[in-house]
Amino acid sequence: MDLDELVKRFQKKDVLAFEQLYGMYWENICGAINIIVKNKYMAEEICQDVFTKIWHNAETYNPSKGRFFTWTLNIARNAAIDKVRSKSYKDQKKNLSADYFVGILNRADTDNHQDDAPVDLTALKKMVLNLKEKCLEIIEMLYFKGYTQKEASQQLDIPIGTVKTRNRSCISKLRENMNV
Amino acid sequence: MEVEKYIESGILELYVAGLLSEEENFEVYQNAQKYPEIRKEILEIEKAILQLTKASYPDLVLRKGFDDIRSRIGIKKEPKVVQLPKEEKTNWTAYSGWAAAILLGLGLFWFYNQNNELQSDIKVVEQQNEVLEQQIFEARGSLTNTQELLNDLRDKDVAVVSLGGQEVSPESYAKAYWNKRENKVFIDAQGLPEPPDGMVYQVWSLKLDPLTPTSMGLLEDFTMDENKVFVLNNPNETEAFGITLEPAGGSESPTLEQLYTLGAVTS
Repeated sequence: MDLDELVKRFQKKDVLAFEQLYGMYWENICGAINIIVKNKYMAEEICQDVFTKIWHNAETYNPSKGRFFTWTLNIARNAAIDKVRSKSYKDQKKNLSADYFVGILNRADTDNHQDDAPVDLTALKKMVLNLKEKCLEIIEMLYFKGYTQKEASQQLDIPIGTVKTRNRSCISKLRENMNV
Repeated sequence: MEVEKYIESGILELYVAGLLSEEENFEVYQNAQKYPEIRKEILEIEKAILQLTKASYPDLVLRKGFDDIRSRIGIKKEPKVVQLPKEEKTNWTAYSGWAAAILLGLGLFWFYNQNNELQSDIKVVEQQNEVLEQQIFEARGSLTNTQELLNDLRDKDVAVVSLGGQEVSPESYAKAYWNKRENKVFIDAQGLPEPPDGMVYQVWSLKLDPLTPTSMGLLEDFTMDENKVFVLNNPNETEAFGITLEPAGGSESPTLEQLYTLGAVTS
């Protein structure tokens, strides 16, 4: 079935359509949340919350304002960031301030037995290994941390136009790695 | 529009990230519908992000899955299966309702009948009571009569005369208790046979020399009288009492052929 049609039926509260969309995207949404919270159990809990939320707010989605995945990713991102900013998370995660993708490459060899660590390292490594740290930073900021272009340019101390082009080239490298 | 340049600008990557303004989003959306290359590029970028996020999700997870989502949004797995017994259930409710109504009706009818029966029973008992009361009343009356009669017969002024059976009915007998002071005669006619239909006993006061009969009265309702004791007035100087069988209403003078009993007064 066509994705557009599936989304329309989901918006009309068709549970079967919702179940298909869940099957298509649950790993991605849970993964995106895990990039922020860095805990798979916490990530799954938030992930289920997010799917529950999009069901109840299905009518607010409008295809002319963006992709369905993008809409869901935004909601997931906000939920994950809310969690990270909460007191209970801060108490628990005092020593884990490292960025996800950058952190992966640094931590991978030492502590991949931890619950917190991403497990599917080979696939992830393969995707990001030859990307520069600059790329990993900007992808993490724009796609998962909810930085605006302006915020990213300030954080990275680069012109706002450069954010756009650098992101483009970084995503292109990611796509190249996928096709290898 | 230069599609190539548009793609190279990096706007589509920001579109997938969800970082564009509402106007920019709408513009990309329209261009994507207009130009297949743009649409294809968007899908490629999205695919890259999908792969990246999927790789970021650990294998070893609880995987609560969509069943958890169903319970969270309050939808049961197979609503149709639940609905079927639900319908049956309402039917049962209706059936039991009707059954209860019928039972109630039958119960009310039974009570109504029972009530009617009881009321008619009460009537019968009431009637029986009346009969009993009547009988008691009569018995008391009869007892009083008997008492009075006994007192009358025991009076010291009473002369007792035995009347023996005559030719017509030698078995018959009677007794006369004559209270001369009160001029009253009690005739005990228990020894007389029941008179035939249309006939009646008549009591006579007789003077013997010359034989002069005077009617003292009739023994009316002979059959119905229980103790067969009759009270008659007798102001005469009687020398003998006689009882004859006469036609109903009595006769002027006794029919001597039908003289049943006769007894002389012994002074």
